[in-house]
Parts: sequence; structure tokens; C-alpha cells
Amino acid sequence: MQALEYAMKKTMYEKIWDSHLVVDEAGQAPLLYVDRHLMHEVTSPQAFEGLKISGRKVRNPHSILATMDHCVPTKNRHLPIADPIAKKQIETMADNCHENGLNLYDMKNPNNGVIHVVVPEHGFVHPGMVVVCGDSHTATHGAFGALAFGIGTSEVEHVMATQTLPQKKSKTMQVVVNGSLSKYASAKDIALAITGKIGTAGGTGYVIEYTGSAIRELSMEGRMTLCNMAIEAGARAGLVAPDEKTYEYLKGREFVDGVVPSPESFADEGKRKACEGALAYMGLTANTKITDIPVDLVFIGSCTNGRIEDFRIAAEVAKGTKVAPGVTALAVPGSYHVKKQAEDEGLDKIFIEAGWEWRDPGCSMCLAMNGDELTKGQRSASTSNRNFEGRQGKGGRTHLVSPAMAAAAAAAGHFVDIRTL
Amino acid sequence: MEPYLKHDSVAALMDRSNVDTDQIIPKQFLKKVERSGFGIHLFHDWRFNDDGTDNAEFELNKPAFKGARILVAGDNFGCGSSREHAPWAIADYGFNTIISTSYADIFYNNCFKNGILAIRVGQEQLDKLMAEINANEGVRFTVDLENQQVITPAGNGFTFEIDPFRKGNLLSGLDDIGLTLKHVDKISAYEVQHKQTFPWLWA
Repeated sequence: MQALEYAMKKTMYEKIWDSHLVVDEAGQAPLLYVDRHLMHEVTSPQAFEGLKISGRKVRNPHSILATMDHCVPTKNRHLPIADPIAKKQIETMADNCHENGLNLYDMKNPNNGVIHVVVPEHGFVHPGMVVVCGDSHTATHGAFGALAFGIGTSEVEHVMATQTLPQKKSKTMQVVVNGSLSKYASAKDIALAITGKIGTAGGTGYVIEYTGSAIRELSMEGRMTLCNMAIEAGARAGLVAPDEKTYEYLKGREFVDGVVPSPESFADEGKRKACEGALAYMGLTANTKITDIPVDLVFIGSCTNGRIEDFRIAAEVAKGTKVAPGVTALAVPGSYHVKKQAEDEGLDKIFIEAGWEWRDPGCSMCLAMNGDELTKGQRSASTSNRNFEGRQGKGGRTHLVSPAMAAAAAAAGHFVDIRTL
Repeated sequence: MEPYLKHDSVAALMDRSNVDTDQIIPKQFLKKVERSGFGIHLFHDWRFNDDGTDNAEFELNKPAFKGARILVAGDNFGCGSSREHAPWAIADYGFNTIISTSYADIFYNNCFKNGILAIRVGQEQLDKLMAEINANEGVRFTVDLENQQVITPAGNGFTFEIDPFRKGNLLSGLDDIGLTLKHVDKISAYEVQHKQTFPWLWA
């Protein structure tokens, strides 16, 4: 694997950029045209409010697809939402979409699910498009060769009103991954390895284009997982070309150290301090073997790893096992379509027989807004995208893993090196 | 948006890197449908003890940093979630300036939409500013956006780079959308050509 800035005539990013430039004049930020605008309940209400106050209208309602995912309960969905503030947010979303004639997959809609799972299911994003959403995980859609990136709520309002965004051109970074993956190694492992190598700010200011034979071998689901995680390396977006090119072969390296890193292994003082802080928060001791770390909760789901392929591989590992005593294991499909497909394939039975909870779709434990969360000191194996302090619940400790790793950890009660399975 | 004026103010110090938006405004506060009132929840999980009292260990709770409008922080500030609730909380708490070596892209954009000046400096410069605050907690810096300058009592002042478009908007407090809509004819022309080239996208 190697990250390099490339001097080419035109990168894929530049082609998409050039074809979407509406205004490019000196003294002002270039205006980029937006083809698709994705929406959920958390980052949009203030944008609708702003639009209303200024007397502006949604320019192209057909460019918008909306869902409800962050606050929706993943069990007892037939009951009213218990949290009154979440309930109001959900109702506001429905009202806003209705008033503006937007296509909404609401909580009860059979197409409902996590926005970045639902959108590809419906072919809403095509290669070469510019796609935005008030959500950092929008990078997911780079898997289709679309320039897809997260925006803030002010920008959500801007896109609704103008169908454009003032943008600064990003730098481009190529990440080449060659070689073949072993049986249970996946796109998630590639993404985590890249982030480990370039750091969580290594991609800041860049759009990453992933190339190489290992990338070409990935399924679309795998590419989505990979691009979804581009933001976790700080990048604005990730891209996988829909066409193939040949690049110099770079031999793959082994990315997993297998032990908890030690602060002394960092030369930079800031990083050393950050590592000490992380170990204290995570309740870990340097050089502990990863496979010796116990887990309390396992979560398979999210826009990173909540698609059918993720449940297939996890079910393969979970089949015939039992969730270890004291461990809670949640399987939360990314959408009702994923859930139904999994049930048609009998995957739900495998999880349920193994002692897993088979839930309705939603963001769930990824950011723990809906009531699914860790309590203080609890440790998770999670297929989501961020291991930030408190994200899965105040004091909760998150380890990011692939679906296969998650399923193996649920059965063992601790992490397992899936390469040995 | 309020125009950004030259000011001098207490500079608070957060000597941490990778401060993420989940910490700036934890998810339990994202359910509101309004833009205001997030300041009381800024850094909630660090700022308050479990019983709701102030955590004396947390840097922004230091009496010397009360009323600070300038926040000096470590590298990669604002990483993670796109939530604009983070700059809303920062602005509502009272900050209008952040100084760091780098910011996550979305957070950086969001700051300027909300009247917050995010200044990028080199590591050496940041170290000097941090040392000055550590040596004299409560020290006031002057920020002069017009001249792209920060002035400090100990002489650690510097000039900074900023995109002229962002600078102009901050100084005037202008609405971005209004500016873009001046180009509505060009947007319409683009759409006509776009519809001809990709008719199925408009079905």
C-alpha cells in the first residue's frame, strides 16, 4: 500500500469537478452543481427552517432522497417513540418533506433504512455525479465513482435553495492496494489499515482515489465500506473508478500488529500523549494481545457494514456458535431490504439461534442516539466507523472491526484473529 | 450573521489533538430542531461530572478562561461527524476564533458559515501561543481579520492566510446563499444543458 500525490493530466476527481462547474470567476469560490442530495432527520431541520425564514424554495425536489435513521428505535417500532425530543425531530422531518414534495422513506416505509445503505439499493447515485448529504459518511457513494461528500446544515440549506455549493478544490491522493485478501479479511480491514498508516488527519484536504488489484477485486459492498471510511482518514471523499486502469504493482504488507500499541512507540510527543490518553480511556495496557481483550457488546450494522454481504459473512462465522456468556450481540440491518433479503436467505435464524438480537434497521449503536448504547466502561466490537470517546455511550469503549471479526468476537467473548479460523 | 470585527479577548487553551465533533457536542443533544441553545452542552461529557457539577479538571472550566472568545487547540480539530451543531455550540458558548494547526474539512467549512474564524498556524507558532497561555492564563490576544494578524502581549503575534472569499463574507456578515443566487441564470443554463445530456436523471 502506498499513498502518493499524483501528477496526472486529469484525475477522476478533476473530471467530475470540471463537468460540474457552474461558475468559476476570480474573487469568489467556484460553484459546483449538485446532482443528488441525501437527507436524514438530524442535520436537516435547521436548514428547512432557514429556507422558510428567507422565503426560498427547494430548487429541485427530485434531486433529494430522504430517510429517517439516526433517532429511530430498532425494536418495538410499532410503538410511539418514547423520547419526546426525538419524536419531534422525526415528525418535523415528515412535515418538511411533505411541505416541499420530497421523496421520504419514513420509519414505517418498507424502503426505510440507513441513508447510505438505502441510496445504493435504489440506484439513486450514478458514476460521475456530485452527491452531498448532511452527514460525514456520505463518502460511501464514492464506490460508484461519484464525488460524494458530507456537508454542514448551512450547506444543506444552500443546496436546497441553489442546487450548487461554493467549493474549494481538494487535492487528490491515490491509494494503491495490491494483492489478494485472505478468506475473512475484508474492505474494512483495508480501510482500517490505511487509516492506521496515514493517520486520522492524513487525508485532510484530499479526495482519495483507491486503485490496485485488491480494490478491483472488492465487491460493490466492499467498495462502499472502503469509501465510507475515507472520512475517517480525514479525506473529503473516497473514489473507486468504475473503469479499470493498470498501476504499478505494490506488494501488500501486513497491517495488524496484533498488540495494543505503546506510547513509547511514537517519536512525536503529541502522538505519545494522545496514545497515553487513549489507553487510559480504553482501559488497556500497552502490548496486551488483541485476542486477550474481552468484549461486552457486539454490534453488526451501520452505513459502513450494514449491507447484505456483511450479514452473510458474519452469519457464516456465527453459524453453530453461541454468543459467549455476558456478551450482548446486536445484528441491525442497514435497511428493511437488507433485513428481508437476509431473512429470505435464513440468516436471521442463524443469528437468533446463536443468541443474537435480530433488529429493525437504523444507525443504532454506531452513534447511540436511539437508546442502543454502551454503559460506562463497557467494551464493544463494532462494525461501525468511529471509536471516538463516548460515541457509543458515555465511557463506552469501542473497537472497530469487520463483520467477520465481530461475529467471531461474539462467540469467543474476546477478539479473535479471523485469519486463523 | 454578525460581521466579524477586530477584537481583543481572553485566549483559552485546549492542549489536545484530534478533538472530535462527538466531544464538542455529544449526540444526545442533536435531537433539537432549532439552531440555538447548544452552548450549554458544549464539551458536555468532559465539562461536567456525572452529577452535573462542573468538572474542575476540564480546561475550559478554569476561571482564567471565563469569557474567552479565542480557542487555541491541538491538531486536527473538529474531526469526525459533519454535525453543524458543533460550531453552533462553539459560537453559542462565546467563541468566535479558533487557532490550530489543522481542522477537519467539513468542520472548517461549517465554522465560516457561522461567523467563526478558524486560523491555521504552523506547529512552531502554535507551540509559542500555547506556552504564552500556559505562562499567563487569562492572557488576551488581539485578532485583526482585516489585516490578517494576531497580536499577543509577549510578542508571539503572526500574520495568517485566509481565502479572500471567506474573509470577505466574515467581514461583511453576508449570506452565502444570496451571493450564489446572483448566478441563478448560470445555474439555469447549466440545468438546461444537463437535462439534454442526461435526460433520465430528470425523469
